This record gives sequence, C-alpha cells and structure tokens, in this order.
Amino acid sequence: MSEKDTKKETLDEDICHYATRLGDDAIVLGHRISEWVSRGPFLEEDIALGNVSLDYIGRARMYYTYAAELSGDGKTEDDFAYLRGERDFQNHLINELPRGDFAYTIARQLLVDAFNTYYLAVLTTSNDKTLAAIAEKGVKETKYHLRRSRDWTLRLGDGTQESHKRIQAAIDDIWGFTHELFEHDELERRLIDLGIGVDASLFKDQWLSDVTAVLEQANLVVPTQEWAVRGGRDGYHTENLGHILTEMQFIHRTYPGCQW
Amino acid sequence: MSLENLELFEVFIRSARGLDHKHVGSLHAVAHEHALEYARDCYTRRSEGVSIWVVKSSDICCSQEDDADSFFDPSDDKPYRHATYYPLPKEVDNM
Repeated sequence: MSEKDTKKETLDEDICHYATRLGDDAIVLGHRISEWVSRGPFLEEDIALGNVSLDYIGRARMYYTYAAELSGDGKTEDDFAYLRGERDFQNHLINELPRGDFAYTIARQLLVDAFNTYYLAVLTTSNDKTLAAIAEKGVKETKYHLRRSRDWTLRLGDGTQESHKRIQAAIDDIWGFTHELFEHDELERRLIDLGIGVDASLFKDQWLSDVTAVLEQANLVVPTQEWAVRGGRDGYHTENLGHILTEMQFIHRTYPGCQW
Repeated sequence: MSLENLELFEVFIRSARGLDHKHVGSLHAVAHEHALEYARDCYTRRSEGVSIWVVKSSDICCSQEDDADSFFDPSDDKPYRHATYYPLPKEVDNM
C-alpha cells in the first residue's frame, strides 16, 4: 500500500469517528425528546416535540450512514445506533441528561439549539462535502428549533412564579454541562486543521452573548458557578446513558435483524 | 399546562402559489406567533403548504344556524340572478 493510500485510510477513519460522534449527539438527544411523545403538556406541543425529535433522529441516521460507508466493512446505520455499548458512545453529556420537567427540556434545548446554530453553520463550510450537506439540512431545522426554545424560555421565565423557578433551576442544573461543547481533543484538532471539523471554541463568546440576551429578557439569571462536567467525547458518561441505551437498543438486540 | 390558559385558533393554509388559503382545522396556543408554529407542526408535516394564516376563533364573526332562513332563503326565489335563467341566442350555442 502506498503512503498516499495509508494517509487516506487514516483520514477516512478520523472522519468516520467524527461523524459517529455527531451521530451520537443527535440520536441521544433525539431519543430524549421522543420520550415526550404522548406525555406533552398539551396535544399541539406534543406533536411539536415529536417533530423536533424526528429532526434529530433523521440527522443521526445521516451521520451514521456516512460513518458506516466510511468504515467500509459492510456496517449499516443500525450497527452504530443499536450495537454499540455505553463506552463506545461519545456524545456530549448535555444530550443524555434526563428529560426532566418541561422547563428542563426547554432549558436544555435553548442551550443546545443556540450551540447548533453556530456549529452547523460552520460545518456547512466543511471541506468534507457529505458533512457539509448534512449540516445544510440541519441549519434549517435548527433555526426553527431555536425559535421554539427561545419563545418558551421567555414564556416560562417571565411567566408564573412556579415556571420561573423551574426554568431557572434547570438552567443552573445544566449549565456545567455546556463547557465541554466548546472543547476538542486530538482527533477533532486534526480535522479542524484540515478544514473538515468545527472549532467550537471560536464561537463560545457569541453563543454566551446570545444565550445571555434570551435569559435576561426572560428575567433569568445567567449562572456564574464554575463547576463543569466533561467526558462525553472520551466515552465517560453520566448514569443516564445506560438507561437510554437499554430502552433504545433492546428490540434490536432481542430480535437481531428484525424488520417492520 | 392546562387548556384553560390557551386560546383556540383557526388555521388556514395555502397549498400552492396562486391558490387561496383554505381552512384546515383549529388548534390551541398561547398567542398568534405560537399558533403559527404549532400550525406548522400540526398541519404542514407532509409539505402541504407555502403559507399559513392563523386567526383567533373568537375573532371570527359567523352566521348562525337560526339565521339560515332569513339569510339564505330569499335568494332561492330569484332565479334571474343565475346566468342560466336567460335563454341564449342560438348563435351563442354553448356557454
């Protein structure tokens, strides 16, 4: 094998790994939001949450399909979603936090949607055409997601005493999980240098000022605590991921290859 | 959140450019903007539309069933309001 081939193989491996991570982020959060289906606060919101969940699951499928293609050993998207264990998943931890109450779900969405707004916009300019195309679709979905989560944050923060209390508690609770969103490891550094991966540290300030603007308008306080939880990209998870996988994977593991 | 805090909205969707907005149903929401988002989620999931209107149901002034007699019957005995009432000259043939 020539040196050039080896180089391409290593790059494919990196991109495969990266696409899998992005797929992990999307499927874990998509599954979380899907837990609202039939339990939404009222019918219209139930349907809206279901739509958002489907957007994420659809995105996960595209990332996983691409990863499967790059892995080149006959794997499919299902292998990535259903046949990997907890330590193999490398999603950011914020995505696996519990569904919580409605305020908790909205608070997480606000932080993640604002993050995705920038992340996907940069990814559309990736030198990897497939990742750029997936991001292109995601940008449109995210614009709508953010519109929803911003709207609800204002409503809950500026609503009743109870709703204000709940969403503030949620923001305080989740805040420490936002830091790892803006960090990257060796693998992502290599891809960033090639113009393929996204360097999220470059838009952290913009993200913070966007989120701050919404929170202040909603009469909420931007947390100042400095604790941070990290580890998602290394496969170290909170206790929540195992429970998600149990529910998400059991049909496929019980009836391998089952179709319907 | 209970439905008591929500208002009822009527949803109108235009399925293609050049067509009229058609009433497709109703939904609950907090306010107009909010209703527009839910209309998008509930009624355009299968690419049904290019434009959405939402109107508070309470803002619609409508005719009542009881008024049907006085509203609509009087036009029943005025056939001359229909073009078909008038005999056409032979030369016109079909219209």
